[in-house]
Amino acid sequence: MEKRKELVVSAIENGTVIDHIPADKVFQVIKILGLETIDKPVYFGTNLESKKYGTKGIIKITDKFFEAEEINKIALVAPTATLIEIKDFEVISKKSVEIPECIEHIVKCANPNCITNKEHDVPTKFVVLKGKDGHVKLHCHYCEKNTTEDKLEFI
Amino acid sequence: MSISLKNRSLISISDYSPEEICHVLDIAEDFEKNPHQNLLNGRIIGSLFFEPSTRTRLSFETAIQLLGGNVIGFSSTAGTSIQKGESLADTITMVASYADLIVMRNPIEGSARFASEVSKVPIINAGDGANQHPTQCMLDLYSIRKTQGTLENLEITLVGDLKYGRTVHSLVEAMCNFNAKFNLVSPNELKLPSTVKQHIKDANLKYDQYTELEDAIPHSDIIYMTRIQRERFPDPEEYEKVKNSYVLRNAMLANSKPNCRVLHPLPRVNEIHVDVDANPKAYYFQQAQNGVYARQALIASILGLK
Repeated sequence: MEKRKELVVSAIENGTVIDHIPADKVFQVIKILGLETIDKPVYFGTNLESKKYGTKGIIKITDKFFEAEEINKIALVAPTATLIEIKDFEVISKKSVEIPECIEHIVKCANPNCITNKEHDVPTKFVVLKGKDGHVKLHCHYCEKNTTEDKLEFI
Repeated sequence: MSISLKNRSLISISDYSPEEICHVLDIAEDFEKNPHQNLLNGRIIGSLFFEPSTRTRLSFETAIQLLGGNVIGFSSTAGTSIQKGESLADTITMVASYADLIVMRNPIEGSARFASEVSKVPIINAGDGANQHPTQCMLDLYSIRKTQGTLENLEITLVGDLKYGRTVHSLVEAMCNFNAKFNLVSPNELKLPSTVKQHIKDANLKYDQYTELEDAIPHSDIIYMTRIQRERFPDPEEYEKVKNSYVLRNAMLANSKPNCRVLHPLPRVNEIHVDVDANPKAYYFQQAQNGVYARQALIASILGLK
């Protein structure tokens, strides 16, 4: 079983595999990372069997390596995701995605009367609050309101 | 170690530690005894009110004049370059080059925090929409300490609109530092939000919820009344249902503690009957007056003059 997994991961020559995405978040991850418009081959699967999570999604992007800021975006909707970097069919790094303590620029504040939604030159900034139930809330640095997961809108 | 608030903007009451809050209250006490102190000596304070205000603006301007300072600014955006589309960042940058300190009220939430990040001079938030109004909180704390002799171990009854009332939220947050017990009296539609209740829980303090105001009065040290704000209700019928939920009348104070005082951030509509005004326990007008001393204390501290 492990071996088969390795084969799937290694199936691209160079690029990134994002594994262990919650099955219902694959399309959101694709959107967040802008993979709909990328000009390289992208493969994805969802509702795949996962020993750890029951089901999972996976995305493989050829010739693409992610900056930390882009990875942060994934962490918000797919905190369980694993990032695997591939070079010459070999796994060169494997890391878990961690939700950062602070999120800047990438998510809109859900409060329509927040300064970040009223003035075009004010970038959003949030402190991430992690609940006991595993859900995250983003506490706006400016208006001090919380944006919950179900209201997440990416810029 | 001596406390200095020099160049420290005040955007939320939680920006200042309990010790720093008490330091401001000590200075306010000094200003109450001796309000005319020419500490500003002609310095200029920017007073930017992007929306109308009566008490807060007049109280700030009184405080500045008592300190011998000058005021520049506006009391509404009519006729300013904001109406021409100028950004808040540009307005603040411009005024910061004229003034030593900026007092700002703006209906947009988070505008004060943003202003403090672009301004080269400190900012005092005089209210940013439904978010924060820390100088109101400071004068509430001053009034509580003055009437009770302490901020510690008090029973505070909050009445009316506990959902939207920003003064209530800030007061709860601040009083959590002083081992308060809270009584929450509101209609079901206007209960204290869970995020604010969480502050009480995090501080390991107690609160009780009441539907009848009379039940909370006998053991209260402070009764903090609030107005139910018509503008918060999209449906006028909903407002009509709750607008007269709680009306404090003089007779209701008969069983109150001798030290009990009634506070209200004002303006009141009908939630405190005028027959309470003559009761020595009615403290809301003195409370508004205390706003001048609290604001004098803040201006002087932030400019490093006290």
